[in-house]
Parts: sequence; structure tokens; C-alpha cells
Amino acid sequence: MSRQHIISILLENEAGALSRVAGLFSARAYNIESLTVAPTLDATLSRLTLVTVGSEETVDQIKKQLDKLVDVVKLIDLSESFSLERELVLIKVKKTEALVQKVESLGTDALVSITDETDDYLIIELSGEKAWLDDFLLAVESDVIEVVRTGVIGLSRGERALTL
Amino acid sequence: MELSGGEIIIQSLKDEGVEFVFGYPGGCVLHIYDAIFKQDDVKHVLVRHEQGATHAADGYARSSGKTGVVLVTSGPGATNAVTGIATAYMDSIPMVIITGQVPRAVIGTDAFQEVDTVGITRHCVKHNFLVKDVADIAITMKKAFYLASSGRPGPVVVDIPKDITDPNIKVPYEYPAEVSLRSYQPAVSGDIEQIIKAVKLIQEAKRPVIYSGGGVVLGEASEELKTLGHTLKFPVTQTLMGLGAFPGTDPQFIGMLGMHGSYEANMAMHDSDLIIAIGARFDDRVTGKIADFCPHAKIIHIDVDPASISKTITVDVPIVGQVKPVILDMLAQIESSGETFSRERIGAWWDQIDQWRRTDCLAYDQDSGTIKPQYVIEQLYKVTKGDAFVTSDVGQHQMFAAQFYPFDKPRRWINSGGLGTMGFGLPAAMGVKLAQPNSDVACVTGEGSIQMCLQELSTMLQYSTPVKIINLNNGYLGMVRQWQEFTYQSRYSSSYLEALPDFSKLAEAYGHVGMQITKKEDVEPALREAFAMKDRTVFLDFITDRTENVYPMIQAGKAHNDMVMAPNSKYKRDLA
Ligand SMILES: Cc1cc2nc3c(=O)[nH]c(=O)nc-3n(C[C@H](O)[C@H](O)[C@H](O)COP(=O)(O)OP(=O)(O)OC[C@H]3O[C@@H](n4cnc5c(N)ncnc54)[C@H](O)[C@@H]3O)c2cc1C
Ligand SMILES: Cc1ncc(C[n+]2csc(CCOP(=O)(O)OP(=O)(O)O)c2C)c(N)n1
Ligand SMILES: [Mg+2]
Repeated sequence: MSRQHIISILLENEAGALSRVAGLFSARAYNIESLTVAPTLDATLSRLTLVTVGSEETVDQIKKQLDKLVDVVKLIDLSESFSLERELVLIKVKKTEALVQKVESLGTDALVSITDETDDYLIIELSGEKAWLDDFLLAVESDVIEVVRTGVIGLSRGERALTL
Repeated sequence: MELSGGEIIIQSLKDEGVEFVFGYPGGCVLHIYDAIFKQDDVKHVLVRHEQGATHAADGYARSSGKTGVVLVTSGPGATNAVTGIATAYMDSIPMVIITGQVPRAVIGTDAFQEVDTVGITRHCVKHNFLVKDVADIAITMKKAFYLASSGRPGPVVVDIPKDITDPNIKVPYEYPAEVSLRSYQPAVSGDIEQIIKAVKLIQEAKRPVIYSGGGVVLGEASEELKTLGHTLKFPVTQTLMGLGAFPGTDPQFIGMLGMHGSYEANMAMHDSDLIIAIGARFDDRVTGKIADFCPHAKIIHIDVDPASISKTITVDVPIVGQVKPVILDMLAQIESSGETFSRERIGAWWDQIDQWRRTDCLAYDQDSGTIKPQYVIEQLYKVTKGDAFVTSDVGQHQMFAAQFYPFDKPRRWINSGGLGTMGFGLPAAMGVKLAQPNSDVACVTGEGSIQMCLQELSTMLQYSTPVKIINLNNGYLGMVRQWQEFTYQSRYSSSYLEALPDFSKLAEAYGHVGMQITKKEDVEPALREAFAMKDRTVFLDFITDRTENVYPMIQAGKAHNDMVMAPNSKYKRDLA
């Protein structure tokens, strides 16, 4: 049975390290849904989060192949335990009163706001779990001009952590 | 000591104890070649094509267990080396390939002879480096040798921009005694709980098979494998890459398994209740149809690379570790269990195997008027007393060599299994001869394969590497022709080689000895004569039966117990 896995990786901050990871997915025909990467507090490491979909056997093999890359220092599968996941989305829409009201009606509890406003256009910023971002996007789809998503990032909850 | 980048490269090779570098010069490596010129410790072998350099270094590595070293220039030098790098990668051969690169300042500008070597080779190396600072060369070389030779071995590319080898820029040199990488900790010994589980299965097994592979050769664990086999009295089959680790003439050896494996080995795999896989990677040539693979067996798998385990076949007891310490721990557990093993203990299983053996699955027509390729290999075995280093190219001749030359020692059988690279055999034989100057070296090849790296005959004269080339000349791309016969109703599309050269004359033109053998009775005398010429390379062009096939054969998508059998075997349906 296929399911989604979020894999967090500590990667040597070396030139070409990212393409080794990305290249592995294309070379071995694995799925990659999203991938995000940025430096960590330790300047020698980057942290990469990738979302993939596959059967347990496939994802097991993906993790082994990733671990085998010399630039991969450590990885965990966030999906193995309780974890927190977030994604940030920026949406550019043609400004309408209805939209402004919709965003405001969601209130301050939801992580959504109008971040930029010109005479005719809005940029809506929202973050949260993938599912609610998808729902929101669906609801405003007809007004959307462009969308950019960061891809999922996540942390395990409680004691479990990806550290050296 | 202050050295330039070029000198550092050569000095690090010295410090690694490297004897030979196989290479070819060009603009971006000229500083390095100048450093080679100024010393005598590291010998450079000038090949005639960069592919030859990689295969020669590979043959050197496979026969000696040391890391092979290659030096080529940027651009076309590097791309010509790619086939040989991929060949080494697929068979997990330790190799360090130094490639020249354009100066740092022009990287990315489509400079003359620039290619993205690190990008191109990424998928066929264990790891690769682009060195950006002369001060990093020594540590990178150390890392390269360490990565290439440890864990699951493999090729490592070190790409060096020309300007950091500048003779005028000198930096202090010290070769690191050791190196460690936080992101790379290959396993050594196996988990003892898993080993205990494995031993429990071993005690319960009624129809066990030891299935061992190239990992036993790479891990220098031939003695341990023999002890394990002889302690348990279990039948042993080996992959194409494992041949020789367990002696080919041992009564417990039931032949190679897989596509062209023996009837008894494949039947035993199919009916087994316990498979002990040791340093083997369940390649598709071995498993046949995955869904029908060993349907009754529990599987123990020892491998240093976790990614080899449960990749295509899910196993019951995975053991991650080097074969040698794992087998030793296993033997200790077996001993402390107090259990005794004997042939009688699994007598019914051995009886069944012996019955399969009676099919005589490798039988071929002994009365044929033509020279049968199998016959040539049998005579080669006889003349070399089974003790030669034998390299091979790719095709039917490769399979005949694997089937008819039983190797009793590891590292004697040198062939490209994973990539199946035609052109491998001849340069590999040259590398083997440099590593084993006092041994007989034969290259079993075909008229198709030999033409892919034939130019190395010239190198072999220059460096006096006398090998005997056994050309099984059937006038066909025989392996292709066989598939076309079986699955394309004999439509021989482009598998026929017209306009072949006179190989014996060609060999003579290169300064070697050439022979053409057309009669069966001349086979053995010709081989004797050739091997008596200790210091000459001899090209023996055997004109063989044109349409002989390799049997048994498991066709693509078929299971182990579904083989096409040799017409001359005693196979009858009821034996199955
Ligand atoms: C024309 C042709 C026909 C072929 N037909 C057959 C055939 O009939 N039968 C057959 O068997 N092959 C055949 N092959 C070869 C086949 O393609 C594979 O190359 C071969 O089966 C792989 O052998 P192996 O499993 O021993 O693995 P190798 O490629 O030798 O891999 C070794 C394994 O051992 C592990 N390892 C390495 N070092 C250690 C260590 N120190 N400790 C523990 N583990 C270690 C590695 O991680 C790896 O998993 C054929 C090839 C060609 C070109
Ligand atoms: C470089 C390369 N190209 C193509 C192939 C596909 N191939 C496998 S065996 C073979 C025929 C080899 O012919 P020959 O060397 O004459 O050997 P024979 O099978 O006749 O013994 C070919 C073309 C290959 N293995 N390697
Ligand atoms: Mg041929």
C-alpha cells in the first residue's frame, strides 16, 4: 500500500550535495512530491525535507539509498512517529471584496493574512498543514493568478529529533 | 615539504603504495604528467584509449585486491573513461580515477575540453569530488582511496582543475595517516542477535543452499566460506561474480546459478527451504521471475550494504556486515550450539541434488566435426592446470568460460558481470598481468568483443604484458544471435559480423604472435605451444561452431525450474 512519507535529512553543506539527492530520485524512478532545503545553525550542514509516496518496501529502499550517499549525514522518517508538518503558500489574486472578507473572516486563529495589497491585486499568505492549504486553494481557485508553495517542512514531536 | 598540486597528486599515490597508474595525457593534466616524469616510484602505463585505462586498472584491482588508479584528461578523456567507471561501479571494484578539469576561472563557460565530469559520473561512482583548492588535494586523495576500498568498494572520481596543479604554486604537504567521515560509517561485524536467529534456521533446514557472490571475493572471505560450507555440509552455488571463492572442483559445489546456471543449482534454489545468501545481491540474472523465486525458502542475507538487502527479494534474516567477521561469528555460534552437521543429516536433499546432477546439463556434442567453444575452454583448463587468471569479454564465450573452467581460487575469474561491458577482457588482462607477472593470464573473448578495445594490443607490447588471447570466433554476436534464435524465430538482425579481419595477421602487425586454429585436433597443441611462449602475447583465433548455444538457459521472465536444456543433456521431463 502506497502512502506519503516525510523524510528529513541532514546533508553536508557541499557543492553538488543537493543534486546527489535529487538525482537519486530521477535515476531510480522514485516519486518526489516536494523538496525543501536550507542551511542550519551549524554552517557545515543543510537540512532537507522531502515528501515521497510509495509502498513500505519502496520507501525503505529510498531511505537506504539516501543513507548510502556519502553527503547524507543522517536522516529520519517523520512519518514513523507523531510529527508536526507545515507549509507556506503565497497566492496572488485579483482583488475582490469577497476575498478580502473571506480572509478576514477566517480570523486570527488561522495562519492566513493579506500580506500585500495594491489597487487591484492581493498577495495572501497562509501556512499550515498541507490538507488545509489544498482546501483553501481549491476554494479560491478561480481568482488565483499565481501560487508559490515552499513544500512541506516538519519536526518530530516530543523527544525525537534529528541532530548529530 | 612544499609541493605543487601536480606533485601532491603523485606523492599521495606513492604514499598510498600505488604501483601503476593507467592513463592518457592531455592539456589539463600536463602539470601532473610533468610530476610523473620527475619520479620513478609510480609507474605510468600509457594506454591507447581511456576506456582501456579504466578496464586495465579494474583488472589490476580485481586480481590483486588493491585499488586501481586511472589518470585522464578533461573533456573527451573523462567521457571515454565513463564506460569503465560504470563497469567498476556495477561490480563494486575499488578504483580511483583522477580527471583533469579546466581551470577554475573558466569552469562553466563551455571552455575548451570542458565537461561536467562530476555531474556526468555521479550515477556511476561511489562518490566524486571536484577539488577547488590546492591545499585540499592531499586530504581529498586520502578520502578517495578510503571510500573506494572500504565498505562496499567502488570507483571514486577526483576532478582536478588545471590551475591548482600549477608547478609554481607550492603548499606544505603532509599525507593524512587516516581519515574519517562523519557521514560514512560502513558496517563491520553483524548484529549477534541476527546471527543467532540465522543459526537457528540453519539447524532446522532440511533443504538448505548456500548462495554466495562477489562480496565473498571482495571481502577476502574465501577461507571462511569454505569452512562454513565444509562445517555444514550444505550444497554451495555461486553467482558469476562469486566463482572461485568456493572451489569449483569441490564436491559440494553444485555449479553457478541463474540464467545460465546449472540445472542442479537452479532446481535446488527452487526447492530449497533455506537460502543463505552471502555477499550476493539477488540480481535479475540470478532470480529469474521474482514472484516465483525460491517459493519455499526462508532467506538469510549477509551484505555490507543495507541497500542490497530486501531490494528485490524480501529476506527473513538480514545481517548487515562484512562477510568475513559475520561468517566467523556464525561459525562460533554453530560450534557453541553443539549441533553436528553431516551430509547424512540432509541425505535426502543430497540424493535429490545428485539425481539432478545426472542430467549432465552442460553436455555438448563431442562428435562434432567443428571446434566446439566448450571444448576449447576444457582444453584451456587442462593446459593451464586450472590455475590461470582468466579474464573475459561479454557474450557466449563468457558463459562457456564460467561453466567449463572451474575456478578453485578467488580473484582468478575476472569479468564484467553487472554492466556486461564488451571490450573489458583485453585491457583487463593487461592489468591482471601487471599485478600477477608470474602467473598465466588468458583472455577469453569473441570476435565481436575483442574489437572494442583491440588497440590495447599496442600497449601490451610496450609494457611487455604477455597474455594468451583465446578468441572463440563464431562469426556472430553469438549471445545476441542465441536470443534471436529463441525469441525472434531466428531473425538474425545485425548479429552477423561480416568483413572480419584476419586476427592472427593483425596480432602479428602489433608485434605479437598470431595463430588461427580450424581443426579440433589442433586445439590442445596450439594452446600448449602458446602457453610455452612465456614472454609473448599470443592471439589464438579459434574458428568455432558458428551456432552453438549456451545451455541451460532461463529465459527472461521465467522461474528457476523452467530452463531450456541442452539437446545433448540427459534431461527428461520426469526428472524435473
Ligand atoms: C551475458 C551475461 C550473463 C550473465 N548470466 C549470469 C548467470 O547466469 N548467473 C549469474 O549469477 N550471473 C550472471 N550474470 C552476472 C549478473 O549480471 C550479475 O553481475 C551477478 O549475478 C551479480 O553477482 P553477485 O550477486 O555476486 O553481486 P556482486 O555484483 O558481486 O555484488 C556483491 C554484493 O556483495 C556485497 N559486498 C561487497 N563486499 C562485501 C563484503 N566485504 N562483505 C559483505 N558484502 C559485501 C555488495 O554490497 C553486493 O551486494 C551475467 C552477466 C552477463 C553479462
Ligand atoms: C558495449 C556493449 N555493447 C553491446 C552489448 C550487447 N551484447 C552482449 S553479448 C553481445 C555479443 C558478443 O559477441 P562476441 O564478442 O562475438 O561473443 P559471442 O557471444 O559470439 O561469444 C552483444 C552485442 C554489450 N554487452 N556491450
Ligand atoms: Mg562471436
